[in-house]
Amino acid sequence: MIRVAWLVATKDLRIEARSRVLLWQVFPFGAMALLLTGLALGPAHAGHSSAGPGLFYLVMLFVALLMINRSQVIEATPGTRASIATLGLDPAGVFLGKALALCVELWVSGLILLAGTVLVLHTALHGAFLALPSVLVTLAALAAAGTLYGAITSGGEGAATLLPVLCLPAFAPLLIAGERAFSAALTHGGLWEWWVIVVVALVAYVGVGILLYGVLEES
Amino acid sequence: MTPSPVVHLRGAVALSGGFPLLSGVDLDLDAASLNVITGANGAGKTSLLRLLAGLLTLSSGEASVCGVDVATGDLRQLRRRVGWLGHEGSFYADLTVRENLRFCARALERPLEDIDPVLERVGISSRADTITKNLSAGQRRRLGLAWLLLRRAELWLLDEPYASLDDQGRTFFDALLSEVIAAGATVVVSAHDPLRATTLRPRTITLAGGRVREVAP
Repeated sequence: MIRVAWLVATKDLRIEARSRVLLWQVFPFGAMALLLTGLALGPAHAGHSSAGPGLFYLVMLFVALLMINRSQVIEATPGTRASIATLGLDPAGVFLGKALALCVELWVSGLILLAGTVLVLHTALHGAFLALPSVLVTLAALAAAGTLYGAITSGGEGAATLLPVLCLPAFAPLLIAGERAFSAALTHGGLWEWWVIVVVALVAYVGVGILLYGVLEES
Repeated sequence: MTPSPVVHLRGAVALSGGFPLLSGVDLDLDAASLNVITGANGAGKTSLLRLLAGLLTLSSGEASVCGVDVATGDLRQLRRRVGWLGHEGSFYADLTVRENLRFCARALERPLEDIDPVLERVGISSRADTITKNLSAGQRRRLGLAWLLLRRAELWLLDEPYASLDDQGRTFFDALLSEVIAAGATVVVSAHDPLRATTLRPRTITLAGGRVREVAP
């Protein structure tokens, strides 16, 4: 399983590095969305608002949806799908590999957007630094859940539009918990219960993905 | 003792959304043979290949491929023993030729040293580091053949393989098929029309409405 996961993750990351979709399409979109949220708050409020963590995760949600869709599109060509299916790869390994690659991509995007949050929304640098561990765990949970929901919608009619509809209810608790943990880091509060929610969600989605990804692929 | 057929289908039915893709196929294919499946559009050629590859669910009837029961057996094991070459692009477009083959070799735990001889054999070693989307249609076909050779598949399933090949490519393709059949592989090719004159002497299976209408010779 680990061997297949590594194989799939390195393949996905190599394709992403080669195609540069992340660099030239997703990052600029995320940066523009963050800038627009800053403009929406207005210069008088940007530095004093407590909306920074929420707006960061709102933009991350848009970016994550684009990247989940992209992750599934790689496999979506009918010929490629059949060709790869006949390799008989362990579905649990495929799930872990795709989730790992998506996680790395979300982490890179998250770090850039976190820096953008400090610059554009004037979120405290020290607070953003303290929030970093919770951001990384939340994005890992989003990657696991997104890979699972991406497989559900992949290949179906209207996959690109169905994906956000299915993902939003699953992502909402993660985004709320991530936002609360980020806000707690800014105010030096504890709020460990939000951390627990994100970690439990991460473990649960990875477990469900390992068990069910094969069934989803077959269906 | 007569060897058991590589493919054994009896009354094989496959449905998609209630619509019959295959509606009772009876077919036996021997080892080390070339078989051409012909028929009009929608006759069930690609569906039959997908069933043989373990990519289509058997709704009713019997189906055994490479000794694996398609209804109850381990489809992952079956899939590892067949090679599929579809008429669409079958590879990751943003990987190079070598990277695609390396992925295949690693997935099947084949030695990476096999890649260069296989590329040499299909005549695209000079394009080994070319990104796959930049290959011509004929070169992509050759990459498909390299992929199948690397897999050492027992059952080759080729969906419209002659579609993008010029005369030179067709001749090369026929020669390669002769070699793999002589080595013991069973080859199933789907085509709109019976194959042109060839020394391979294929068995032609004509499908119509998801059933076998005629087998010749």
